[in-house]
Amino acid sequence: MSDALLELLPSVLLEGLLLGCVYAMIALGYTMVYGVLGLINFAHSEVFMIGAVAGVEVYRYLGPHIGNPYALALTALVVAAGVSGLLAMAIERMAYRPLRARGSTNRLVPLITAIGLSFFLQDFTRLIEGLWHGEFYMNYPANEQMEALHELPLGMAIQNKSILVIGVTIVMMLALDYLVRKTKLGKAIRAVAQDASTASLMGINPDRIIARTFLIGGALGGVAGVLFGLLYSQINPFVGFIPGIKAFTAAVLGGIGNIYGAMLGGLVLGTLETLGGTYLFFMTDGAIGNEYKDIFAFIILVLLLLFRPQGLLGKTQGEKV
Amino acid sequence: MNAAAVLQLQNVQAFYGHIHALKDISIEVREGEIVTLIGSNGAGKSTTLRCISGLLAPTEGKILLRGQPIHGKKPYEVAALGIGHAPEGRKIFPQLTVEENLAIGAYLESDKTIIARRKREVYELFPRLAERHKQDGGTLSGGEQQMLAIGRALMQDPAILLLDEPTLGLAPVLVELLFETLQTLHKAGKTILLVEQNAWHALQIAQRAYVLQTGIITHQGAAKDLSNNPEIKQAYLGGD
Ligand SMILES: Nc1ncnc2c1ncn2[C@@H]1O[C@H](COP(=O)(O)OP(=O)(O)OP(=O)(O)O)[C@@H](O)[C@H]1O
Ligand SMILES: [Mg+2]
Repeated sequence: MSDALLELLPSVLLEGLLLGCVYAMIALGYTMVYGVLGLINFAHSEVFMIGAVAGVEVYRYLGPHIGNPYALALTALVVAAGVSGLLAMAIERMAYRPLRARGSTNRLVPLITAIGLSFFLQDFTRLIEGLWHGEFYMNYPANEQMEALHELPLGMAIQNKSILVIGVTIVMMLALDYLVRKTKLGKAIRAVAQDASTASLMGINPDRIIARTFLIGGALGGVAGVLFGLLYSQINPFVGFIPGIKAFTAAVLGGIGNIYGAMLGGLVLGTLETLGGTYLFFMTDGAIGNEYKDIFAFIILVLLLLFRPQGLLGKTQGEKV
Repeated sequence: MNAAAVLQLQNVQAFYGHIHALKDISIEVREGEIVTLIGSNGAGKSTTLRCISGLLAPTEGKILLRGQPIHGKKPYEVAALGIGHAPEGRKIFPQLTVEENLAIGAYLESDKTIIARRKREVYELFPRLAERHKQDGGTLSGGEQQMLAIGRALMQDPAILLLDEPTLGLAPVLVELLFETLQTLHKAGKTILLVEQNAWHALQIAQRAYVLQTGIITHQGAAKDLSNNPEIKQAYLGGD
């Protein structure tokens, strides 16, 4: 490898870490829901998308009134977390709970419901944005202060917004870890994940705990939406699909059902994908370009399913939540 | 005999699909009693407990806790009203620690000092659990898991404790120990409905007993009388 490529390495790694933060935050939502319900909420990619859209609306309407870009970003994060959390709860309430209440143990029906919901939410958002603003392509406005660069060792430079993304991700992960391990709700979530019917003998209402789990996972997805917007600026109603699938891959990579696995899987996938996308381009003289980076993620998924189906941190028994 | 009834089942029937598991069950447990429910495999013992704790809704009949109807309620509602159920097969949360399993038992109690006191009492009853308090439930031995299952139900401080085969699969020494523990709980005034395969032992510590056969109560009465009944001896106590 040439010196130039080696010089590039630290910034490529940073790039990958940032993408990994977004994947990790989305992956947590998939894995937590899988933990309590044993199913993949494929509508979660739209929970993420709606978070990104809610963030844009905050920028659009509050941007002129909030001068401090950090205060504005935090407002967007909080609003997106709220909107996405409530949306995830509503999805559970309307799509999953009725199936559960009917005693259906079929795993395919909720899967199809979720895919249907995904399409609905995409088109609904397009319709609303179209009626509201005349178009459905949206932008997180650039901000000089947020884009300002800080020099780092090894020829790296980091933008203020990247520091914000990493900071928010770390805070959210620590908070989630505390919540799941130490609080009463966290213990109840784990108990329901392991054995809902026995948990109900102890006075726990599983439906309530499941709703809270969707709320938390949805809020994390909403935060991820705003982080995505801050990093890549352009969003639209269909922006959830690729990051959603990648984050799902990350959750499987880490060991589905395991929250630390989702965190690790997200970071690993973001990094590998960015590395692969960059270096394959140079190593193949541009024959395999950065546009192949999506395929890269799925090659990792396929290899993983072949050699370590339980994921990086998953136990063979499948440790949940 | 004149103590108040804590739990009453009146002509309870229950189905699993088309299987008529409980055909006509009437049971009463009074304050401070140990009542045992014995019967062979598939008789409907666990099903009876599942009906009481709301895991299965009876199709007919009434279940009253201190006179208040609880049939048809959800398990978490029934738990809040005072039913503590240590279910068949222990059902420990395998990836929660011993301490966390106990904490889940006290889920409905929000007073930290009360929770701490109950935990202390459980650890006094089962010192083995105290030694292993940081260990995952799933890594405990069968006997320890059974202690944890009982301890977890005691953390609810229930009006009545339902125990489903607490000695199943345990070594004889541990069986003795568990029966002694039940005696201790009885002396402390707890009300217990005990389902047991180990009929002889159960009849030794219970005041009254019911014999269940394919969904119907065939015998009932004082535990002493039943353990002397030749028919019962023949069928459940391994003859003479
Ligand atoms: N989930 C279920 N679905 C269908 N039938 C069931 C189910 N659970 C129990 N049964 C049936 O109901 C009847 C009573 O079962 P139950 O578990 O109450 O018996 P038991 O007295 O507890 O037996 P054991 O001593 O073996 O635990 C049995 O015939 C059993 O096959
Ligand atoms: Mg049974």
